Amino acid sequence: MSESSPITPENVGSAVDAALAAIAACTDSDGLKTVRAEHTGEHSPLARLNAELRSVAPEHRATLGKLVGQARGRVAQAFQARQEEIVSAEAAAQLEAERIDVTAVPSTGASGARHPLTLLQDRVTDVFVGMGWEIAEGPEVESSWFNFDALNFPPDHPARAMQDTFFVDPVDRELVLRTHTSPVQIRAMLERTAPLYVLAPGRVYRTDELDATHTPVFHQFEGIAVDRGLTMADLRGTLEHFARTLFGDEATIRLRPNYFPFTEPSAELDLWHPTFVGGARWIEWGGCGMVHPNVLRSAGIDPEEYSGFAFGMGIERALMFRNGVEDMREMVEGDVRFSQEFGMVV
Amino acid sequence: MRVPLSWLGEFVELAPGTTPEDVHAVLVRVGLEEEAIHRAELSGPIVVGQVLDFVEEPQKNGKTIRWCQVLVAPEGERAADGGDAVHGIVCGAGNFHVGDKVVVTLPGATLPGPFPIAARKTYGHVSEGMIASSRELGLGDEHDGILRLVELGLDPEVGADAVALLGLDDSAVEINVTPDRGYALSIRGVAREYAHSVAVPFDDPAERIDATPGEGFDVEVDNSVPLRGREPVHSFATRVVTGIDATRPTPRWMGSRLALAGIRSVSLPVDITNYVMVELGQPIHGYDLATVGAGFGVRRAAEGETLVTLDGVERELDGEDLVIVDASGPIGLAGVMGGARTEMTDATTDVLIEAAGFDPVSIARTVRRHKLPSEASRRFERGVDPEVAVRAANRVGELLVELAGGTLSGRGSSFRNGASPVSVHLPSELPSRLVGVDYAPERSEQILTEIGATVERVPGGWDVTPPSWRPDLIGAAELVEEIVRIDGYEKIPFRLPVAPPGRGLTRSQRLRRLSADVLAAAGSVEVLAYPFVSPADNALFGSADDVAPAAVTVVNALDQSAAQLRTSVLPGLVEVAARNLSRGATDQSIFEIGAVFLPSAELGTAALPAAARRPSDAELDALSAGIPDQPRHLGALVLGQRRPSQFGLDAERAGIADAWTLVDRLVSALGGRAELVQGAHHAFHPGRTAEVFVGGRRIGVLGELHPEVTAAHHLPRVVAAVEIDLDALIDAVPVVPQADRLSTFPVATQDLSLVVSVDVAAGDVRRSIVAGAGELLESVRLVDDYRGDGVDEGLTSLTFALRFRAPDRTLTAAEASEAKLAGARRAASDWNAVVRD
Repeated sequence: MSESSPITPENVGSAVDAALAAIAACTDSDGLKTVRAEHTGEHSPLARLNAELRSVAPEHRATLGKLVGQARGRVAQAFQARQEEIVSAEAAAQLEAERIDVTAVPSTGASGARHPLTLLQDRVTDVFVGMGWEIAEGPEVESSWFNFDALNFPPDHPARAMQDTFFVDPVDRELVLRTHTSPVQIRAMLERTAPLYVLAPGRVYRTDELDATHTPVFHQFEGIAVDRGLTMADLRGTLEHFARTLFGDEATIRLRPNYFPFTEPSAELDLWHPTFVGGARWIEWGGCGMVHPNVLRSAGIDPEEYSGFAFGMGIERALMFRNGVEDMREMVEGDVRFSQEFGMVV
Repeated sequence: MRVPLSWLGEFVELAPGTTPEDVHAVLVRVGLEEEAIHRAELSGPIVVGQVLDFVEEPQKNGKTIRWCQVLVAPEGERAADGGDAVHGIVCGAGNFHVGDKVVVTLPGATLPGPFPIAARKTYGHVSEGMIASSRELGLGDEHDGILRLVELGLDPEVGADAVALLGLDDSAVEINVTPDRGYALSIRGVAREYAHSVAVPFDDPAERIDATPGEGFDVEVDNSVPLRGREPVHSFATRVVTGIDATRPTPRWMGSRLALAGIRSVSLPVDITNYVMVELGQPIHGYDLATVGAGFGVRRAAEGETLVTLDGVERELDGEDLVIVDASGPIGLAGVMGGARTEMTDATTDVLIEAAGFDPVSIARTVRRHKLPSEASRRFERGVDPEVAVRAANRVGELLVELAGGTLSGRGSSFRNGASPVSVHLPSELPSRLVGVDYAPERSEQILTEIGATVERVPGGWDVTPPSWRPDLIGAAELVEEIVRIDGYEKIPFRLPVAPPGRGLTRSQRLRRLSADVLAAAGSVEVLAYPFVSPADNALFGSADDVAPAAVTVVNALDQSAAQLRTSVLPGLVEVAARNLSRGATDQSIFEIGAVFLPSAELGTAALPAAARRPSDAELDALSAGIPDQPRHLGALVLGQRRPSQFGLDAERAGIADAWTLVDRLVSALGGRAELVQGAHHAFHPGRTAEVFVGGRRIGVLGELHPEVTAAHHLPRVVAAVEIDLDALIDAVPVVPQADRLSTFPVATQDLSLVVSVDVAAGDVRRSIVAGAGELLESVRLVDDYRGDGVDEGLTSLTFALRFRAPDRTLTAAEASEAKLAGARRAASDWNAVVRD
């Protein structure tokens, strides 16, 4: 062993102690970088001692090498441990620094909404699609033939006057704003062959001034089924199934005699439900009946072979007693708050 | 139709204590829907009193009141209010005498109003009640002082209940009579239905009346000009009554019933004709016989003839109008309104009664032509029993004799045309086949017989002859309705039919629903505006230039200033936006999906196909050709701030970018890609208007509305707007989207700055880059438009971020650069673009 070799347990120990103390005193990653340079870098005491190994006599090299190597290992280990502590503390500190008041978070976009009338129309449509029915549409400006004649409204009959019709100029060209979606039923029968089960939802027109319970532009859905052997029992069963699907299992329906030119026998449809706005009660909802043989003939269907039933209800009315809308004006004014109450569900 | 219960009870037995609500419940079962209940709103002690004495006391205000002593209970008894038999009452009227019997409302009573009566101090006396006028009792509009019972021909006991005496305890149910059931516009018809519903005997009022016609009064019935093949006069009966006193009062029972039935009292003879009309459903007209000349009859009017009707209006008659005439010309508009010249007056002594049945079509047209609906025409339009005319005339005669002191002369006439109910064959299985209830044949027969039909068994079913008052029973289905109606709708079972497998919503239906959902999800609120707009709105929004578009006009619009149907959905949205703004919604994104109406050929058709048979294909084509195109448009407006200022976020003002965002999201959601081209539309800002193309097809316009337009509607200056032909968009996007293979190789990004003239559209440069760069280019996005230092005046530097990717390999930087430069070269050749380093 060379007397002059600086590799002594004391020197190594003090270098290690100094390094460990510096590591322990370190509080952030920048400091840690400095510590690393000072205590493990090439000019650090331990590096210099390590370099001295080259001048150590071979017989001592193993012993002294072990001494220095272990010392460097201890320092590296301590460094590693401290680094992990600091990184993790700094990450935690950053997250803490990023803490915000979540109740003050802004929203980057406005909320849109569908109109409840079209939503309810979609909902009704889906119920019938689920029963295998198809959905038909037709023009809102319609020929009188489809709106009246084909539906067995005789000319000059008071039933036409009941419909409060908007007429298109010139009147003798026989166009009207459809007063119901029944003309779509005629179109559906002309286009398809029996058997057919078709629902026609859409916008219709009557010359009623706008008030809390009337609007000149409103929405209906009318259904028609033409098949062999259909009876009023099928009508009643279909309407009850529909009512229960839309309003819940407690809903029930009632038919009572009424008159429509396009059905015979005809019935008024009343609906009962315990949770109707205004309490459990019967509500008049629409008309229905067995398709008049003349209507079938207008569509080229033989009433001896086929029979059919038809019904028609208003969407606005349903929205009133189902969803608690009290004034029909709210449905037509376009106030954004009205649609926003519903979002995209009705 | 209003039905007083006391009247109804004459022909069917009403159980004691039957309420109007009970009657409604009975009638609704057989299809007479409830409308309302009418009753006199009187309660408390209202009695007959006799004026014993009064003192006239002039007042400072110029009035003279009478301080009356009125006997309101038989002498020695307590009055109905618990007080003495004699009450002191202050009365302002001066039309009565000592000894008159009057109606006294005692303290505790309530008059219609409601107007509660109490003892109160007035004009220096305590008035213990009030002497009532007809008007205060709800009996009529008479207000010439108080009601003297002697004027009604009444001399009741003092203290008697005046409410019962005057028939004010009666009430009426109002029912809605559907157009097929004209017979139910009579007490007779309603009583018949009541009897059907509760299965009690019906005592037909018509059967009580002598059916012998008068003779010797000639009537010329001219049935030679039919309308739609129908003779105008079905029945015509007359009867002459002489020597009446037309000034006699209408008896209270009659006046009270007419009032409850909603018919105003006019004079005794007129009230009698109205009374019989309501009872039997047969409209009746009475003429002052002295004013009727020779040649009395009924015919079509001649062109140019005129008539002054009862309401004093001179009317020009049409050749289709049916008129009652004498030798002088028309004296009445048949079935609609009588003439002024032959009207009954107080001086009338001899009356000609006319009870006729006219064809519904003829009457309906005359009513429409002269805008003259009446109680009579309402019945004729729905059909009047032709067999009841003679009896109705005779019944009026009887009442004129009984109540007006007349003498029934033998003179009269009776005409009946050949029209009689046609027998209908009802196959025996049809009721069950249509209703789903297993009706025993005996039950069907029984019901049809009950409603008055004659039922004859024939092989396979019945031949049914409907009663004369049921012109609506023209087919087997109508007879089936009678069976199910009387048997009870509640007996119909429930059965759910199974439809053949359906195909779900159509593609158009699905995509339209999706479009609404996409816009709502993009922050827009769906609204539904009326399609009625002004011609100016259509001219402004419905065409890109100043040429007003062809539009559909509604003849009887509710608002004549908005009588056209929209050719654009924007006017409605603008109105809705203004309404929302007025309610404080400063930031809005709203949209509507709805039809617009675009005539492309001559509207309508000159003639319509016949009903009850399938039109020929040619007829259907002609109908279709006359119907305007009605594509569904989608419109949207965005105004105010797209995002309000919030903690940590500044407000952003809405503009054309919001219109583009909605369209981009919509078209992308539908699987297409929208492209914009600088456009022009006179409702839009001239520099901020884009035409929208999808798949090379123009589908609409977007931009900012013209500031003059927004100012005119009191909207903020900047309003972003969109109008898309949604049907065209749906046609323009792929029916079945096809997938491209996704490359998993890395993307190479490069920027490209091109200097072009400021007149060149960025979109055009972009398209050139896409065309030139070829298939390696995955996407291109404009990131900067720089003008200023380093770029010459009149030029701009457009910077695009480009992404390249190959399907089969990692691109080298050189390959990406080469593709980029190819794009730049194309832009250079198309737009003189120069690459800016």
